[in-house]
Order: sequence, then C-alpha cells, then structure tokens
Amino acid sequence: MSEAATVDTANTTTAVDIRGVSKIFGAGSDAFTALDDVSVAIRENEFFTLLGPSGCGKTTLLRLIAGFEHATRGTVLLYGEDISDQPPYERPVNTVFQSYALFPHLTVAQNVSFGLEMLGREKSEIREAVDRMLKLVRMEPMRNRRTEQISGGQQQRVALARALAPRPKVLLLDEPLSALDLKLRKEMQGELKRLQHETGITFIFVTHDQEEALTMSDRVAVMNEGRILQVGSPREIYDRPGDRFVASFIGEMNFLVSKIESVESDRVRVVFPGGAAAFAERPKDFEPAGEVTLAVRPEYVRIENAGTPDTLPATVTEKVYFGTDTHYHLRLHDGAELVSRLQNARGREDTHPVGDRVGVRWATGSAQILKG
Amino acid sequence: MAEPAAQARRGRRFSVKNLPGVTGMAMLCFVLLYAPIVTLVTYSFNAGESIALWEGFSWRWYAAAWENDTVQEAAVRSFVVALFASAISTTLATMAALGTTRTGPFPGRTAIYVLINQPLMVPEIVTAVALLIFFASIKVATGYSGLAYLIAAHSAFCVPFAYLPIRARLEGMDPTLELAAADLYASDWMAFSRVTLPLLTPGIVAGAMLAFVISLDDVVITEFVKSAGQDTLPTYMLGQLRRAISPEVNAISTALLAITVVLLTAFFLLSRKRRVDGE
Repeated sequence: MSEAATVDTANTTTAVDIRGVSKIFGAGSDAFTALDDVSVAIRENEFFTLLGPSGCGKTTLLRLIAGFEHATRGTVLLYGEDISDQPPYERPVNTVFQSYALFPHLTVAQNVSFGLEMLGREKSEIREAVDRMLKLVRMEPMRNRRTEQISGGQQQRVALARALAPRPKVLLLDEPLSALDLKLRKEMQGELKRLQHETGITFIFVTHDQEEALTMSDRVAVMNEGRILQVGSPREIYDRPGDRFVASFIGEMNFLVSKIESVESDRVRVVFPGGAAAFAERPKDFEPAGEVTLAVRPEYVRIENAGTPDTLPATVTEKVYFGTDTHYHLRLHDGAELVSRLQNARGREDTHPVGDRVGVRWATGSAQILKG
Repeated sequence: MAEPAAQARRGRRFSVKNLPGVTGMAMLCFVLLYAPIVTLVTYSFNAGESIALWEGFSWRWYAAAWENDTVQEAAVRSFVVALFASAISTTLATMAALGTTRTGPFPGRTAIYVLINQPLMVPEIVTAVALLIFFASIKVATGYSGLAYLIAAHSAFCVPFAYLPIRARLEGMDPTLELAAADLYASDWMAFSRVTLPLLTPGIVAGAMLAFVISLDDVVITEFVKSAGQDTLPTYMLGQLRRAISPEVNAISTALLAITVVLLTAFFLLSRKRRVDGE
C-alpha cells in the first residue's frame, strides 16, 4: 500500500489542468449550460477517461481542450501554461474524431504526414515519422491507398497514426470506437492501450461505455449534467461510488432504504423498514445519520438457506439465466427488492427455485452507505 | 389455379406507365422537343440554299460560316465574354458560398440567399433594360464603350448558376474535416487551401462550366447591353434571321449546340462524381 502511494506521488506532473471551467451555449432563455464549474487535473502519461451519458458535457470538455470551443468561464492549462485563448492549431494537442475525419483527397500516408507538414518539419523527418507511425498502427502496406478504399477499423488506425505523428503532448479521443462492431472494438481497446504504452503520451478518452472505461483507463471521471461527479481509478469508481448516479451508471447496484441504528469504529448498523438489521462499511468522508441509502452490488449478495443466522429473510421472485451467471430477484419482507448474481456451476441449476424462502447476507465491507 | 394471377396483380406496384395515354404523351413531348432541333441540324448539312428543301449532303455552310469574318469575330467575342464572365462569376460565387455556409447563422442570411439568386427570379428583360439605362449613363460619363460592359453584365447574371453547385458541394462536406486540419496545426488559410479548396474543386469546375454555357447562350441581356459592332454569336444569328435565312445560321447553331452539349455533359458527370464522393 505504501509502495503504491510512493509510485503515485512520483508521477504527479499535471498535463492538463481544468480550473473552474463553465461552458454556456446560447444566451437568455435559450442558454444551455454544457459544463458547470468543472475542475480536474489530468496527470502526465495517464489514460484518463471522461465517462457519462450523452449530453453530460464530456465531448464539450474535450473540445475545450482541443480548442474547438472556448470556455465561458475558467481556464485550461497545459503543463502550467494557460492555453484558454489559443486557437486549435497553436495547441500541441491532437484529436481522434468519432467520424475519424480523414482527408478524402489524400492517401493514407499523406493523411499521416499532414500535421508534420503544417508544422514545417524537414522532409526527411516527415518521411521517417510517417514510416514509424504506419508501422506502429500496422498500416504500412496500405500507405498509398485512398481513405475510402480501406475498412472502418483501418480508418481508425490511420486516424490514430495521423494524430500521434506530430507527437502531441496530449491525445484526445472522442468516442473513437463507437463506429466499430463489437469484435473490432475489443481488438482496438487492446490496441489503444498498447499505443498509449508505447508512445508514452497522455490519452484523454471520451466514452459512454462503462465497460470500455473500466477496462482501459488509469483513472475515470464520471460526468452527468455538466458536472464531474467523481474521479478515481476504475476500481475506486466501481467499489466506492461517490453518489447514487455513479453507483447506478457503472455496473448494477441494489439500493435499499434503511435507517442508521448505530455507528461503530469501522462499520454501521442499519435497520430496514421491516425490522431486519444488517451491517455496512462506515463511510470515511461523512457521518451518516437518520434515513440513508445502502448500496450493494448484486455479485456481493449471497443467498443462504432460510433461517441462517445474520441473514435477511427474503423470497425468490424471479430467476434470469445469463450464461455465465444467474440473476436471482429477491423480495425482502418489507417489500424492498434486490438482485443477487451467482456464477453458474454444473449441478447448481435447481437451487433456490422461484418462491423459495431464503436468507440474504453480504460482507460488511461490500455494502456502502451513500451520501445524501 | 387462379393464384399466380392474383399474386401477379398484388405484386404489380403502382406505375404511371400503367395509366392510359401516359407513354404516348411522353413520346409526343420528346418529338416536339427534338424534331425542330433534328431539322435544324439536318439542314445545316444541306447542299442547297434552302432551309426547307433537301438537296444533298454538304459541309458548305460550315465552310461559309468559318470563312465569314463577322462570324469569326462574333465567335471570338462570345468566347472572350464567356471566359471572363465565368471566371469572375465563379470567383464571386465561391466567396458567396463560403460566406453563407462557413459562418454561423447570422440575421439576414435568408435575405442574402435571395439577393444572390436574384438573377434567377427577376425577368431577364427587366434586368436587360435596367442595365441598358445604367450603362448608358456610364458610357456617356466615361466615354468607354468596350467589352467590359458585356463582361460585367454576364458576370452578374452567371453568379447564381455558379453559386448553386459550389454551395451544394460545401454543404455536403463534413465540417469536421476543417476542424481536423486546424487540430493538425493548419492555420485558417492553410486549412482552406489544403483541405477545403481541393475538396471544393469539382463544385467550382462544375459552377464555372455552367456559368460559361449560360453566358455563351445569352441573347436578351447581350442585345441590350452591347455597343455597336459588339455582336456575339447569338445576337449575330438573331440579326441574320431578320434578313434572308440561309443554312449558315443552322451551321452556327449546330456548332453552338455541340459545344453546349459537351460542356453540360461534363458538368453532369462532375455533379455525379460529387454524390459518389459524399458517401
């Protein structure tokens, strides 16, 4: 733990610093607040993901960093330098667009060399960089093709090579995988991680796909309605969601209304409306009191035989088969519903049929009291 | 088994071809459109002096037109005017198209569309009379009576013809491409010259060709604006028709027709390529 903390502090150079940024489109009664006082620091060399539903402001934030939009309030710093008023062509930041936006009148190689040419680099340097980039994304054999003559996945690679060729300080990726089919998307996820590793460039990745965010990112910022709700590693975001939106947007979550009965040193005891009691982890950043929401992931909910000590009595109302696992829909005696997810195994098909009375429990550490 | 017949009836989709008389009417329209042109072209090869009595095949009227100094002068004048007019109007139209598609919405944009397309809506004879009066006072004031008046007038009424294909091309272009250029360190001018302009070229060429053909064919405005001795091919032909009609006019018409058809075919092919590109 202490070792991890050391590594963490060693690499805290901030690449992009967003400070109090608001973006309001339109004016008067038509005004729309796309970003509402957003502050976040993105570290050098990390794979940082902006995750949220459509319209949450994640793409607007990306466009502000690229320079396609300008903040109504606040500043954008790149390695300490205020770039808020710089046009896109002066910012050492490149973008991979959702539609790729490859130049249709140029070949694959000409697309990749475009940025370096605009920077006025030497011809020999450009040639070398283009060769290196095409090799990096495995598109060398296609260098003289027109961009409409190559497949979607290949266009994606060219777009990556084009944006990486000028060696930007930060690479911005605007839902770059959303146009690909599932298999190709999985492949490109790995490819992106590899590219980030090999180039050592800070990646800022925008997606609405929580799985993409969890599997690829070093850190994730969850956004909703123009605000950043939580920033953390995928594990922190998943295991310790900061609020109800984050908890429900990422993965599945059971929410149970309950009342705080007592607060101990590292756990709290809650009582459900039906009178049953259970334990949850004690929150670190606030003091819980009164009526609260207890959150527990379906995979942490265990089903025991009815009457097992320290379990909540419940009834199985529905079973849904998902191949790798089965979802048991359960109803507590006070009417509250929750889901338990159990991994399937041969010979366990008939346990707990619908209508069965069971006992439900979870480890104290896997249940969490939500703020507010 | 009545089933196949029933199926056939159900399967037959509505088609105007099935309405009585539609096919015949269409044929008649084509005959009315093309019979006069076919006659015109045919008699341009007549060996005799008549435009209604066939006396055998000959190139004599083409030769006569070719050797006629007045025709030569008019032809050169037509081409000079059309070249200048298409160049000027295409430049203006390109700027207008950029101004109306590459800026945010601004008050009065619709009014600007209307103003740009004015020559398509105002009757040509009205424009012609207006130009006649306007230029007459300038001629008096400056003493200049050269080709510039014709070029200016043609440039003006060719703008909307050049504007439409260029604007269509700009609107079909993905605006993200220009963002991508800016993102890759291209200044506004470099983004325009390296990305927008190359992608716009087919539209500009199509617009220029359309403007050229429109200028080449114009009679009404030219007739009103031209100074003495400034006949273009169409106004020369109009003048000839007032006297004795000879197949020489047919020959000139056929040549003009050939040029127009070639240019319009090229325009059509370029427009079609645009649609393929857009996908």
